[in-house]
Amino acid sequence: MSYLYAAYVATWAIHIAYLGTLLRRYSRLRSEIEELKSRIKD
Amino acid sequence: MKRVFPILAVLTAALLSYALYGALVAAPTEQTMGDVQRIFYYHVPSAWTAFILFFINFFASVAYLIWRNTKADIVALVTAEVGVIFCTVVLVTGPIWARPVWGIWWTWDLRLTLTLVLWLIYVSYLVLRRFSSSGQTPLLAAVLAVFGALDVPLVYFSIWFFRTQHPQPVVGGGGSIDPRMLHVLLINWAAFSCFAALVCWSRYRLEVLRREVDETLALEALLEPRSSQSRISQTGSAG
Repeated sequence: MSYLYAAYVATWAIHIAYLGTLLRRYSRLRSEIEELKSRIKD
Repeated sequence: MKRVFPILAVLTAALLSYALYGALVAAPTEQTMGDVQRIFYYHVPSAWTAFILFFINFFASVAYLIWRNTKADIVALVTAEVGVIFCTVVLVTGPIWARPVWGIWWTWDLRLTLTLVLWLIYVSYLVLRRFSSSGQTPLLAAVLAVFGALDVPLVYFSIWFFRTQHPQPVVGGGGSIDPRMLHVLLINWAAFSCFAALVCWSRYRLEVLRREVDETLALEALLEPRSSQSRISQTGSAG
């Protein structure tokens, strides 16, 4: 039973870790866009 | 499109929950392996989803090689990245199943080795795209993807044509499967396919946005010396 749960937890850990990297990349890009907007205003 | 995404995300989450219930509760317990066989409901759909994503990557790469279409290039990148994630799930859940059933985590069996090679090819593809700054990178990556895709049918058919330790196909390979198990398997595949499609969609939008920002930054860098030069010349003429 522990192998079964280990496999399911590992699957979701991989997917959630990847979604986390996507969110991090998105927030970094957002801050770059804000910086760019403020530079263009100046 | 922005309104459709949350609705699809909720529907996919509901489908994934139903698929999880099916895999852990509704599907009958296999007689010889017991509950550990339920890993199959995550392992097999993840493999099928990875194969589909690598096939899309192949067609997008061919499209890029023919038409030099930027959208095709982005689709190729996105499907390779998400495909590697699903292939990682396959390579992790496989040994977790193998340990209690075979008594070993890993063996250099043809199916397993070819799957590892497939994963390495697409990781190389992503490394090439991430660290190469040459203008030829999308072209080189597309060529690599076309050759890499040759491994997909080899992985899939390896258990059909060669004697391997990996279990024989239970769907479409002459094997038999309990209809309730098949139903849960297909529900899980549908759920993971929807999930993969949504992740690809998000990643596609992120990549488009990233390229727009890069283009704006490049344009700004090009225009900045000119604007400062014009300021200098204005100051010079005024003096």
